[in-house]
Amino acid sequence: MKESSHFVHKYLRSSKRFPHIWCAGCGIGIFMQALIRVIDKIGYSKDEVVLVSGIGCSSRLPVYVDFNTLHATHGRALTFATGVKLANPRLKVITIMGDGDAASIGGNHLIHAARRNVEIVSFVINNQVYGMTGGQSSPTTPYGLKTTSAPYGNLEAPFDISRLVEAAGAVFVGRTTVYHTPQLERLIEKSLKKDGFSMVEVLAQCVTYSGRWMGLASPVEMMAWQRDNAITVEKAAEMNETELAGKVVIGVLVDRERPIYDKEYGKLAREKLKV
Amino acid sequence: MKSRKQSQVLLQGNEACVRGAIAAGCRFYAGYPITPATEIMEYMARQLPEAGGVCIQMEDEIASMGAIIGASLAGSKSMTATSGPGFSLMQEHIGYACMAEVPCVVVDVMRAGPSTGLPTQAAQGDVMQARWGTHGDHSIIVLAPSSVYEFYELTIQAFNLAERYRTPTILLADEIVGHMREGVSLPPQGELEIENRPRPTVPPEWHVPYGDPGTGVPPMPAFGEGYRYHVTGLHHDVRGYPTTRPDEVQALMRRLFSKISNDFERLQWCDSYFTEDAEMTVIAYGCVARAGLQAVKEARQKGLKVGLVKLKILWPFMRRTITGITESSRVILVPEMNVGQISREVKRVNQGSCEIATLNKIDGTAITPGEILSKIEEVYR
Ligand SMILES: Cc1ncc(C[n+]2csc(CCOP(=O)(O)OP(=O)(O)O)c2C)c(N)n1
Ligand code: SF4
Ligand SMILES: [Mg+2]
Repeated sequence: MKESSHFVHKYLRSSKRFPHIWCAGCGIGIFMQALIRVIDKIGYSKDEVVLVSGIGCSSRLPVYVDFNTLHATHGRALTFATGVKLANPRLKVITIMGDGDAASIGGNHLIHAARRNVEIVSFVINNQVYGMTGGQSSPTTPYGLKTTSAPYGNLEAPFDISRLVEAAGAVFVGRTTVYHTPQLERLIEKSLKKDGFSMVEVLAQCVTYSGRWMGLASPVEMMAWQRDNAITVEKAAEMNETELAGKVVIGVLVDRERPIYDKEYGKLAREKLKV
Repeated sequence: MKSRKQSQVLLQGNEACVRGAIAAGCRFYAGYPITPATEIMEYMARQLPEAGGVCIQMEDEIASMGAIIGASLAGSKSMTATSGPGFSLMQEHIGYACMAEVPCVVVDVMRAGPSTGLPTQAAQGDVMQARWGTHGDHSIIVLAPSSVYEFYELTIQAFNLAERYRTPTILLADEIVGHMREGVSLPPQGELEIENRPRPTVPPEWHVPYGDPGTGVPPMPAFGEGYRYHVTGLHHDVRGYPTTRPDEVQALMRRLFSKISNDFERLQWCDSYFTEDAEMTVIAYGCVARAGLQAVKEARQKGLKVGLVKLKILWPFMRRTITGITESSRVILVPEMNVGQISREVKRVNQGSCEIATLNKIDGTAITPGEILSKIEEVYR
């Protein structure tokens, strides 16, 4: 334990930025540690990593870590990231967004980034709620759930972010929860090593809001919910729709190849420069 | 490469803008099609790859503005271009660029609004939006070209100012200047004065990302160069980290304003015609300045002592220049293709020292020399 906390501190802006803003028991921190572990394991230098985020609890993550960090605007992380990557393709560009960030206000950017296939690795921290603004419905809030903006119950159907991004053309899509940390790290590693636009959807508990709305009193109960409701892709393949209702399918959902925008542009530019 | 040295070329205004941008060092363009600015993206799409840059068509103007901020942070001089509806969508990110001090150039080729308005016709209705379109207190630099050559020249200057002050700079052109074609001779690249953002001269451990080095403009490293720092639209301390401490917030806001306002003497850009003995002065900008010059020449032939001052910088408002005009003129006429966005500023600076007349047209057609001349004759006395 001592060793592990020491290891993470190498990547934290400890002198300046702590304590962090997250509630005790929030799932975002688990993701942060997993991300740091994988970056360290792969061996990227701190200088080549750029973390870009939107606005929200999840999007506060970059300020705590010692990379090039860009805390952009609500929903628009991918637009900033696109500019960074195209201006300097040698950088490893990673975006971190909340579910509201990525699928509501930034939904258009999400599908176009996946379609365009610029090499950006994106993580969507899905806590099924707007955490930062106080527990309003998000585009992934389950139907019927009461929230501060749907006091009589949510009348809208939720998005399946992973399937949306798959349909839009992402070359790698994975989903897991912060309970399944070994798998979380595997998916982070795969997505970081994948060429092209990849997305990993990470279910994480918002203890302060979605937990309360779901009637789960503690982070432990919320993580037990993640454990009990997750179904692996392999197992899900043998189940029908009724059996899968309310379950979360985890694992690698898509892994394929398509032309990558920045690489194609690079080729074009080299041809033009030769002339 | 064949040298085009001093040879005349026939260029469209929007094309001259692209030539200026590339000459200034622009290597990243992101945009979304919109009349009357579309040609800028089309020329960029052809020319940037040849210059070793990148041009990308984004999904909308919000994304375009986000992308140029990202590219600028990664070290590329960046630009986008649009017209009214897209300019409205860019406003949140223009404020971000002010706050995070990201140099970039935004071209608004004005068409008549509000809303979809008259997509193919000129207007000057975005002067105040260029000043105050994004939320919150901020300073901004806005330039207005009145000819094809000036569109070229001011595009270079827009990049220079954006880089010098680390701030978004807006080029407020109009449909007429964007779409007209004129023969121009462009100076050879070697004769241009090109400015680049201040760069850190100390090792990363000593670099203070948002500290004041004395000029008000902190040196700016690019992502990937070893100066890892945090960029945010939140109020931040000198290290770039979010803060709510009043002393830190106040210091940041003061510096953001003063880095530009302290330099006001360098930001008085206008051209004066027939003003030495003028009793009356026409103050105009953009396409209207062209008609204004013709009108002033005709008025002179009639023996009226009228001059023209053509504004090239609209914001920050050239208080010193305008005060000089109010002191030397009996009457000032401000013709504009809006209901009086610059004339209000002239009146504010004037404070009653001379008479201010206005000529406003908002029907989508250009103000003609004849219209300005009649107004001159009416108010000259
Ligand atoms: C343009 C804009 N609209 C609204 C907001 C207010 N806002 C801040 S965070 C947020 C929602 C955050 O929810 P989510 O993206 O799911 O992130 P979480 O806090 O749950 O991690 C909203 C609506 C904003 N900052 N900008
Ligand atoms: S409000 Fe929810 S998402 Fe935000 S820090 Fe607290 S627990 Fe985490
Ligand atoms: Mg959320």
